[in-house]
Amino acid sequence: MDLLNQIFIEPFILIADIPDLFVQTIWEGFVAGILYALIALGFVLIFKASGVFNFAQGIMVVFAALALVSLHTKFGVPAWLALLMAIALMGVLAIGIEKIVLRPLVGQPDAILLMATIGLTLFLQGAGETIFGGEPQSMITEELGLPTGSTDVEMLGGRVIFQHIDVAAIVIAGLMVGGLAVFFSKTRIGRALRAVADDHQAALSVGISLNQIWVIVWFAAGIVALVTGIMWGARSDVSFALEVIALKALAVLILGGFTSIPGAIVGGLIIGIGEKVFEVYWGGIFGGGVEAWFAYVLALIFLLFRPQGLFGEKIIERV
Amino acid sequence: MFYREAGQFKTNYKADSAIFPIFQDRMGLTLIVAVAFIIPLFGSDFLINSFMIPFLIFSLAAIGLNILTGYCGQLSLGTGAFMGVGAYSCYKLATIFPDVNILIHILLSGFFAAGVGCVFGLPSLRIKGLYLAITTLAAQFFLEWAFIRIPWLYNYNDSGAIEVPQRTLFSVPITGASATPMARYYVILALVIGLTWIASNIIRGRIGRSWMMIRDMDIAAELMGIKPLNAKLSAFAMSSYFCGVAGALMVFMWLGAAEVESFDINQSFDILFMVIIGGMGSLIGCFLGAAFIFGLPIFVRAMPDMMGFAMNSATADHVSRMVIGGLIIFFLIVEPHGFARLWQITKEKLRTWPFPYA
Repeated sequence: MDLLNQIFIEPFILIADIPDLFVQTIWEGFVAGILYALIALGFVLIFKASGVFNFAQGIMVVFAALALVSLHTKFGVPAWLALLMAIALMGVLAIGIEKIVLRPLVGQPDAILLMATIGLTLFLQGAGETIFGGEPQSMITEELGLPTGSTDVEMLGGRVIFQHIDVAAIVIAGLMVGGLAVFFSKTRIGRALRAVADDHQAALSVGISLNQIWVIVWFAAGIVALVTGIMWGARSDVSFALEVIALKALAVLILGGFTSIPGAIVGGLIIGIGEKVFEVYWGGIFGGGVEAWFAYVLALIFLLFRPQGLFGEKIIERV
Repeated sequence: MFYREAGQFKTNYKADSAIFPIFQDRMGLTLIVAVAFIIPLFGSDFLINSFMIPFLIFSLAAIGLNILTGYCGQLSLGTGAFMGVGAYSCYKLATIFPDVNILIHILLSGFFAAGVGCVFGLPSLRIKGLYLAITTLAAQFFLEWAFIRIPWLYNYNDSGAIEVPQRTLFSVPITGASATPMARYYVILALVIGLTWIASNIIRGRIGRSWMMIRDMDIAAELMGIKPLNAKLSAFAMSSYFCGVAGALMVFMWLGAAEVESFDINQSFDILFMVIIGGMGSLIGCFLGAAFIFGLPIFVRAMPDMMGFAMNSATADHVSRMVIGGLIIFFLIVEPHGFARLWQITKEKLRTWPFPYA
């Protein structure tokens, strides 16, 4: 009875009592959800175009951010040039991955490709630590012209704090998703990308170069990773601990479906907001720390009812 | 020439269904087991303790995962957590029933892991492929959390770690601080050989065949009368049993004390690497993969010293991770079917050597 009370009544009384805390929690969850969604977006881009489940997306986020920061602080490159160089680095990485890793492994089973990207994860982690150092670094937020500080808004009989960087993150994420949507639907390369995502063989037969598309898609995922890295780095430090966050993006993915960009965004928001609210209002019953598994368990329960995810294509099986 | 089965006739049903019908296989295996038994007499304690013991334990865990992934086709990323279930339940059993022999506890603890494995295997009935792999992450992170947040599991001690009590077998200490590496090695070797033998027989029996049918095409298998519920859950149970026993052995016979970090997601990945590099759906591959993945970091770290230039340990650590990542990709490209396939090719070559078209 006491437990039922704790689960079904007390959290809601708390929400009604201190509504500003609730709004703050939702906001925090919303921002975290946007960043999960960005990581998941990188996964979806690559999965759609090449069917590769890119486990290395998370480490690409760290790698890109670390390269950017280190170029500025360790090698004294100006911030704007460091940004361009980081973008160029992601391009080189995309070409390298396509040439060295993906091309020889075309047509292998999913598990092998997954393992190759886990190998890539180890490689990038080792390379990042060797070149840029393994210790956490702070993001060069001001040098990049990103806003800092915060605004307090009086509402619901209390105050809610909005960090400027969070607002900027949401705006930039929105612009990037919009840009990608335009790129996919209006440009020649974007249409080729969608054709490849639809059917590899049909795309090949009308003269689309798969290898070129893969480079572009990995490059796009690299840029998404860089933006994610900057945003996440500005909220906390740039360190390899970020990788755990990237694993959560996997839960976002299964919630939204591997092939759906809207799914990645909606899934990210559900997980982000859900886990913050659950941690704050229901975490106490479980002894805290539920953020570590909430995303996965939610995704698991969800999948039991809808195995293809929120927006995934319906799975039709034939013998 | 070296590996010809010509002239080896099977004259009764028993010989026909033997595990190793070929004479050379039997000889080779006997040789390997014999070498494994006499290694402690020649090798140093260091070799036994830091390579042979963990190698055998990880081979056992790899067999566990291979049953699930290689034979039944269900990709799992939760191996580390299932090993943890084995280790923690063995610890609880050993402290609640201190008079019962520790070997019985180790073998029993696998059943707890099997039970937990079955629960987390239930989604596999509806979810397939990579989606399933991610849902096994739920098992990984939930169990990791449980090992920290449920103090009953580590007897409410302050460190949060489980420490192995002293236990004996035939009045020889085999766990705890005073157990010699040699004693622990022989116990582990005997267990691993026994469990591998059981696994190989289950795999080639009715249950194992149903797993392979599910792996090759689950709908077709279902139409032919295989119950997916039984096949998949039995694979999860068997797999988790092996992983659980491996986890219990890891803590009780190798590490001596363990915290949650020993069973984290990286452990799961390491075991998965062993299975994939070794070869999916092959028992010998589990041993080869375990030796490679466990031995490689040791080797890479020792390289700078051997080559004669100094490198500080942090850098060596980073470089070794890079090299391991690179080598994994390299091996996947060169031979996606792993060492087991290389071994098969070698056997084919040995059969006809020195004549190319015999």
